[in-house]
Amino acid sequence: MSLITLQLGQCGNQVGGQIFSTLVDDIFAKSTGLSNKENQAYMQSSLEKFFTQRETAGRDGSSSLPMARAVLVDMESKAISHTLQQAKKSGRWTYCAKRSYHQKRGSGNNWAHGFCVHGPKSHEDVMDLVRKEAEKCSRLGGFVSLMSLAGGTGSGVGAYITQSLRDEYPHSFILNQVVWPYTTGEVIVQNYNAVLTLSHLYDTADALVVMENDTLHKICNQLLAIKNISFEDINRVIAHKLTSVLQPCVSDSAGGGQMCDLGSMLEHLVPHPQHKLLTIKNIPQMSDVAREFSFHQWSGLIKNLRQMLIANAPMEEGINWAIKPSSRTASGHTCFNRSLSSLVVLRGKDANSVDPFYFTDSSIYTPWMPSDMTCCVARQPRLFCEYEKSAALVSNSRASVQPLNRIIDKAWTMFSTRAYVHQYLKHGMTEEDFLDSFVSLEKVVASYDNL
Amino acid sequence: MTQSVIVQVGQCGNQIGCRFWDLALREHASVNKNGIYDESIGSFFRNVDGRHDDPADIPVGTGTGKIKSLKARAVLVDMEEGVVSEMMKGPLGEVFDCRQLLTDVSGSGNNWATGHHLYGTQYKEQISEVVRRAAEFCDCLQCFFVLHSMGGGTGSGVGTSILGLLEDEYPDVYRFVTAVYPSSEDDVITSPYNAVLAMRELTEHADCVLPIENQALVDIVNKISQAAPPTRPGKRVFSEHAVKPDSALSTGAGGVVKDEKPFDQMNNLVANLLLNLTSSARFEGSLNVDLNEITMNLVPFPRMHYLIASQTPLFCSADVKMPPRRLDQMFTDAFARDHQMVRADPRHSVYQACALMVRGDVQLSDIRRNIDRLKPNLHFVPWNQEGWKTGLCSVPPVGQPRCLLSLANNSCIHQTFSEIRDRFSKLYKRKAHLHHYNQVEGMDSGQFADSLESLTSVIEQYRDLETAMNQPVVAEPRLKVFS
Repeated sequence: MSLITLQLGQCGNQVGGQIFSTLVDDIFAKSTGLSNKENQAYMQSSLEKFFTQRETAGRDGSSSLPMARAVLVDMESKAISHTLQQAKKSGRWTYCAKRSYHQKRGSGNNWAHGFCVHGPKSHEDVMDLVRKEAEKCSRLGGFVSLMSLAGGTGSGVGAYITQSLRDEYPHSFILNQVVWPYTTGEVIVQNYNAVLTLSHLYDTADALVVMENDTLHKICNQLLAIKNISFEDINRVIAHKLTSVLQPCVSDSAGGGQMCDLGSMLEHLVPHPQHKLLTIKNIPQMSDVAREFSFHQWSGLIKNLRQMLIANAPMEEGINWAIKPSSRTASGHTCFNRSLSSLVVLRGKDANSVDPFYFTDSSIYTPWMPSDMTCCVARQPRLFCEYEKSAALVSNSRASVQPLNRIIDKAWTMFSTRAYVHQYLKHGMTEEDFLDSFVSLEKVVASYDNL
Repeated sequence: MTQSVIVQVGQCGNQIGCRFWDLALREHASVNKNGIYDESIGSFFRNVDGRHDDPADIPVGTGTGKIKSLKARAVLVDMEEGVVSEMMKGPLGEVFDCRQLLTDVSGSGNNWATGHHLYGTQYKEQISEVVRRAAEFCDCLQCFFVLHSMGGGTGSGVGTSILGLLEDEYPDVYRFVTAVYPSSEDDVITSPYNAVLAMRELTEHADCVLPIENQALVDIVNKISQAAPPTRPGKRVFSEHAVKPDSALSTGAGGVVKDEKPFDQMNNLVANLLLNLTSSARFEGSLNVDLNEITMNLVPFPRMHYLIASQTPLFCSADVKMPPRRLDQMFTDAFARDHQMVRADPRHSVYQACALMVRGDVQLSDIRRNIDRLKPNLHFVPWNQEGWKTGLCSVPPVGQPRCLLSLANNSCIHQTFSEIRDRFSKLYKRKAHLHHYNQVEGMDSGQFADSLESLTSVIEQYRDLETAMNQPVVAEPRLKVFS
């Protein structure tokens, strides 16, 4: 099964480049913990999923390097040309430069400019590129769209293109990976843009994986011990998270032995259309140096990961162990992070023999979910990115409600003064469009609150 | 990539323009060592084959062609010949050709009405033609930068008439105005009239105005020269705080124009402002800021589009033994009163929005740390507590490892405007010089009152931000949904 990645906007393109480079790092990693034959199968399966390969170098001198199954979209050229260059410089993989689409003038952080102007203008060309890429897949497993919520192109054009994808591929799976902006200081109108994007994506995408810059920043700082954090560092964490889930693994469910593909993951994780927000938690995460000198037990990792879920901790450091599924607030409400469903991906040494009973416990899930449908486990005995043991948890839980609430709050406060609204109306939006988006997100918040 | 056209009007506008082109060439020469005509240099310059009489453009193409001959994407307008013809005779003359110029000999007599109504109408066709020519050379025109003073007649009058023309003919192209406000000791007696009449045009027709006060520029230049005693030929000056020769924001060292004229240092500050403002649109960076993002993020309400700029650091120390100034100091200074390009104090007033645009070796985490550090001491309007826009451009300015441009939409601008209004009112009460204006065709006495009212409403809008800060915030409750 192959996945096509859409890189939308500056953020989407930067993240995309990093994801493919992390994939290649993992595919060609030195220590794998597998026999050569098993490892070949893993490599083949991953390459097939994310890259197209040619057996020999083309006659025109083109390389035989793996070529990412990606479509690059931005409204200005700089980010794309930088991403193409970086890939070329790596010497290990490339993009197909023909699969990129850019205009001359950016969307200027204006969602309406992206959605109402650039989107309709570019969607035919972009869908054409997607079609060409899809024709190269013997089995198309779905789409992964990468974008930020803050800017204009990623968010505005991204929302439009996702809609077009849905129209043209009604039965394919679409996973949108959205980068949640820093709380302060990236783009001032980011909360408007985020509200508009999320409400539109909620109608079209199968699931949204939420990556918060603030938490990623903390991970870089505290777990990876990076002093001067750049966007590259942040993107590397995003790539690590996403690939830790998407790289080949085998699911335990019904009959077992099934390759865990995007479709079955999303079917399991999103049992209800009002609940589409996913988060990914990883353990362990550490700097390369620390990794060489550390040793982990599966039992410890799993136990920590579960508590990260319950206490909604973004990382293993500073988990609040006092929170338990049984604890209640004074008013009788549950105060832990209740989930709807989860997917645990275990990778590395002895991954096949780990008992995930910590996650099958029905008390951490909402009561109306049948207990045999709450947790799915997938395994892969191969080391992931040279981690001896590592686990990733994709969860559909209340965790995303907090940042969502924050964004709605701020956007609403701003909207009540109508600040900046004129800039959106200029491109054909109306105040009702804003209100519709607010309403649909309030519904999302309400349905997560009711878990 | 997009292109911008600079429209320089009047004596002041052309002097600033002259410094801008010199420094723009210097900057691109330092980045683009191989003399390749790429998209980055193409944003301000055309590449032409100079052998022809009417040189044709050589397009960027694959971005590997050599630079033949550069022509500035500029329109030069003045109602006197002096400044423009001097510029044409100087070393910068090559980057312009005569089809980009429009001059008269008689001057506007420091009268906005003469500039705006008389010359504005008389030269409308010609101006439109010159601008059209510049616009047609661009394959994606993003922005017009209009440079002029507010005190004189040509700059304020013809400048604002061109602004209206641009709005009519290029509604989708942004209009940024760099407006130099007269200081109170200005020798033009009618400058308050000109400034107020022009202000109304700026409020209504510009997307974004960068107000600059002459006096503030003088103060900054003095601050720099105090740190760097002037070097006399034959005598080396040893000082602990000596400024690295080409690092000061006010210096033109390394440019093609060798002899320094009065005002050059001040104008270099403004030229650098334009370079730093556009750097993130021209060069690569991990967080690009295109020009359309500036208005999008910094202009919450259409008429409140006046942005106060500050640039730091003013210079680098030449003494290698001195520890480099802390990076954080650059951020602190950007909010200090004595670094602003108008004499105002944003730190003690109310911010609607603020942009921090960094160039050079600064990391994302440096910006984040400094925002967290500075934020508690700044006042933002309640509905925009996180009103920060940030940009990271990887190409540093010439002579410095890094720099910061801060743009603030801040209530303190109302003091600057009130000062001008007071000076206007003093003359207007006595009807002094009014007849010079009213005798110009197209001018009617209502325009004075209207302009005054327009300015007053802007002042009040900004002042209201401050009064609102002292009142309790009543938040509108969020929408309720029933599921």
